[in-house]
Amino acid sequence: MSHFPGNSQLSRGGEELEKNQIEFRNVSFRYHDEAPWVLRDVSFKIDADEWVAIIGHNGSGKSTIAKLMNGLLFPQEGEILVSGQKVEPDTIWDVRKQVGMVFQNPDNQFVGTTVRDDVAFGMENHGMPRELMVERIRESLQAVSMTDYERQEPHRLSGGQKQRVAIASVLAVSPKYIILDEATAMLDPKGRKEIMQTIRDVQGARNLSLITITHDLQEVTQADRVIVMNNGEVWMEGTPRDIFSEKDRLIDIGLDTPFISKLADELMNAGLTISREPLNHQELLEELWTLHSTK
Amino acid sequence: MDITFDQVSYVYQPGSPFEHRALQDISFSIQSGSFVAIIGHTGSGKSTLLQHLNGLMQPTSGRVSVGPYDMEAGKKNKRLRELREKVGVVFQYPEHQLFEETVSKDIAFGPENFGVEEQEIQTRITEAVRATGLSEELLERSPFDLSGGQMRRVAISGVLAMNPEVLVLDEPTAGLDPSGQREIMDMFHNLHKEKQLTTVLVTHSMEDALKYADHIIILNNGEMYREGTPLEIFKQKEALEAVQLDVPEVIEFLAKVEEKMNIRLPYEGQSVAELAKDLARMVKGGRDLE
Repeated sequence: MSHFPGNSQLSRGGEELEKNQIEFRNVSFRYHDEAPWVLRDVSFKIDADEWVAIIGHNGSGKSTIAKLMNGLLFPQEGEILVSGQKVEPDTIWDVRKQVGMVFQNPDNQFVGTTVRDDVAFGMENHGMPRELMVERIRESLQAVSMTDYERQEPHRLSGGQKQRVAIASVLAVSPKYIILDEATAMLDPKGRKEIMQTIRDVQGARNLSLITITHDLQEVTQADRVIVMNNGEVWMEGTPRDIFSEKDRLIDIGLDTPFISKLADELMNAGLTISREPLNHQELLEELWTLHSTK
Repeated sequence: MDITFDQVSYVYQPGSPFEHRALQDISFSIQSGSFVAIIGHTGSGKSTLLQHLNGLMQPTSGRVSVGPYDMEAGKKNKRLRELREKVGVVFQYPEHQLFEETVSKDIAFGPENFGVEEQEIQTRITEAVRATGLSEELLERSPFDLSGGQMRRVAISGVLAMNPEVLVLDEPTAGLDPSGQREIMDMFHNLHKEKQLTTVLVTHSMEDALKYADHIIILNNGEMYREGTPLEIFKQKEALEAVQLDVPEVIEFLAKVEEKMNIRLPYEGQSVAELAKDLARMVKGGRDLE
């Protein structure tokens, strides 16, 4: 079922690029010898500065990919390279400096008694000098718009604020890659918007690769590229526009398409010509406007 | 069962420095057989309200009635056990509460506690797993060997096996993939109709509130902010935005179409295909006129 659109990295190639990439090479994983394979022969690359969304049904292997990226798990077959370095028990501390993770439950990722302490925690683990830490705390709280909360107790924050602090804690260590594993799933609509705005700001301002694992289709439309997982295999890779034009097939594998994509489809069924798959309201409105005003 | 809140207030830790008024003078009536959505941002009082429905919390002032059961501030209710048999609550992430050795034991736990006969329990288990779409082959497995989506269905089966008349759902689809979300909500909606349940859904999804509910209650800072049918509620975009809520995407998009193109297509519960047909006609209509 899977197909891979032309891989542009191949032509660019070169050592320099590899240094800022995460690469999965024929990775297979299962939890123990008799267990079914959770991932089967998975290969893909994530470039520097890229925002990649990984989607798939529950149990498709998405979260396992995240855990393999920063050495919480190791594959039985194949290898994972982070900035050209193989992820294995000896290298995980180097790898984890580069790969930051934010998890689903905002209440499970706090250790400090204040926001400030919490952001400091990761840096302390990496043995960073104090002056640099103070500077980094300021910068990273600023990046997520939480400067005013530096002295607050984390448990007094809303879910969205907690997740922003969790992102700040990750940023403080200056990783090259940030993985958000369903980081918005437990938030209310306002919290989700806050996080998405934060993610966009952070990605715009720093040279970071972002990997978001999500069920939220609205989130997916904003990524540069999407990897669709199905039963432990890479089912499709492409831009959000490519992915969401595969409506029926997505539904077959337990996924869905955004409202705007469904509406565009039905508009075509009703006889309108929509020139390209719209990803947001603005794009579909522009299509309709053109049709409406053309004589 | 009819549900009535009559000037209900609830205060956490009254008289202490941590005193917090979670519900303030809430009054509403839900008719037996309705499907009601309760919406409001985090901290608006949704969960506190929900816990009054099966007597987990008693009002600090005012009165809650669920069918023949009354809970009044300052009075002890002797029929809480009966109430809890009639009101099934699916809490958030209910799979975290699974604990038995096998799926069937976990589902049987509730009815056993309420003294339901063994044979009847077996019938109920069969019905419950059929409704939630679990394979009967899983009944003798440990619930902890199942996938997250299956565990959620086991937990829901346990609530259904109580044969409740009122079903209270606190974000029952959080964390599920899109098709899992649709399946679970369609299942609750079918049960609601088939068994003539009274259903109360707490949700962050305006789409689900629009699709499934026939009445919506909006809470804000512990107070009743708005109530009405989904179509009445979702016409009030500004009122919703004032309390950090969105309108469902279909309504938002139609409003933009009207604003930009002066094409007015009111939302009246049409399917996407029906909307597209009307919209296509109106868009082309503009061209024909010129």
